[in-house]
Amino acid sequence: MARKIRVLVGKPGLDGHDRGAKVVAAALRDAGMEVIYTGLHQTCESIVEAAIQEDVDVIGLSILSGAHMTLFPKVLNLLKKRHASDIVVIGGGIIPQADMKKLEKKGVKKLFGPGTPTSEIITWIQEATVKKRSRPKRGTVKPTKKLRQKAAVKRRSGKKSARQKKKPKHKKK
Amino acid sequence: MRNRRCAVDKRLRQLIRGDKRVIAQTITTVENATDPKVLEQIFPHTGKAYHIGITGPPGAGKSTLVNVLCQHLLTDGKKIGIIAVDPTSPFSGGALLGDRVRMTDLSLHKDVYIRSMGSRGSLGGLAQKTKDVALVLDAAGMDYVFIETIGVGQVELDIAQVCDTTVVVLVPESGDSIQAMKAGLLEIADILVVNKGDREGSDRFMLELKFAFELREQVTGWDFPILKTIATKPEGIPELGAAIAAHRSYLEGCGMLEKARKIKLKRRIHELIENRISSHLREHMIGEHELDTMLDKMYRRKLNPFRVAARIADRIIRPQ
Repeated sequence: MARKIRVLVGKPGLDGHDRGAKVVAAALRDAGMEVIYTGLHQTCESIVEAAIQEDVDVIGLSILSGAHMTLFPKVLNLLKKRHASDIVVIGGGIIPQADMKKLEKKGVKKLFGPGTPTSEIITWIQEATVKKRSRPKRGTVKPTKKLRQKAAVKRRSGKKSARQKKKPKHKKK
Repeated sequence: MRNRRCAVDKRLRQLIRGDKRVIAQTITTVENATDPKVLEQIFPHTGKAYHIGITGPPGAGKSTLVNVLCQHLLTDGKKIGIIAVDPTSPFSGGALLGDRVRMTDLSLHKDVYIRSMGSRGSLGGLAQKTKDVALVLDAAGMDYVFIETIGVGQVELDIAQVCDTTVVVLVPESGDSIQAMKAGLLEIADILVVNKGDREGSDRFMLELKFAFELREQVTGWDFPILKTIATKPEGIPELGAAIAAHRSYLEGCGMLEKARKIKLKRRIHELIENRISSHLREHMIGEHELDTMLDKMYRRKLNPFRVAARIADRIIRPQ
């Protein structure tokens, strides 16, 4: 069974309009995703904490209060602090075009304005998740060309590494 | 290889220390069964947590009750893990996991970890992997692991196979004394809670429940409490906490806890063996192609499925 896509849908800040968030949450559920819905009036801290505990692939924020220029960067910063910047942040709501560009520069991966068909959001999330999961995990270092060459030279020159030199000593004991 | 082992050890240490990001990622691994070794590695570190199950019909207030009950327990400096299961759609495979909405008071607490799970096709009120996820939380040093089922009816009783203490939550509208006498949900309760106790008819319902349980033969020495709570206020929560503690000390006192956990382990082994064998059979022993060719004959009533099944089973049990 393929690993399910997990999405957190949240509404940060003082904004009581959750119709859009619910429509999106239901559409993602019907597309076979596991949607964690956190409800109204969340702080950025609790959204990030929930996203980490639930190990979601994507955070979708709905903001219609006009505070998007404060709330989106705050969520991004908190994720960075928790070493969780691999979680994709997207959003929707009443956000002017100029602000959208600024936010996308800051690291919000995609913003969907009013009237976006839900199918568009679904396809975008599916593609983004595939991309995110194929990236190597934190802590695993992919050997660069330079490193590989260095290792090859070492092997050929027959130099023993420090660990290999220690071995015979142990045997004597 | 050595590096890999170091990395695994490091992650295990982080898990045991209770690093929430590592807990979350480990649970994802376990839930999707991508690395079968993980459970083997964490198992030696489990067995310390006390498992409490919360079950009841949809909308009875299970999540809200967990929210206030955990706040009550946190005052003792305990660490709590919560698994909240919600139903997965059998049609789309998707799920809306909304139990967190009722648990916002807990979400930022440093000693609480909450995880929502979709039931993913399992019918017993839990997900198939809920037991394994509970093991992860146990290894992560939780003192209590709460498991909240999906909203259940009468026969979704898996929760009792996982938990040490099972709390069944009802509301005053849950029915009359005849409902309470039926088999199923009420049989697995160690503690019965009537939530939304400020609603009309709650006192009468409590009384009816008490009568119904007086008729039931007492099998164990546990004096079964029926409590009234109002989770939204909250009222009756310290009493519920005390009842859970009393049940625990009863189980520990008479050696039942160890006995019950051993029975659960045994059942678990049976389950694992069965899963393994049945998937092996499906994949290797029963030829899909062979079945497909017979389907047509069965449909036209030239063959019967009972004979076919017996013949295939015999071939597996008694190979020539």
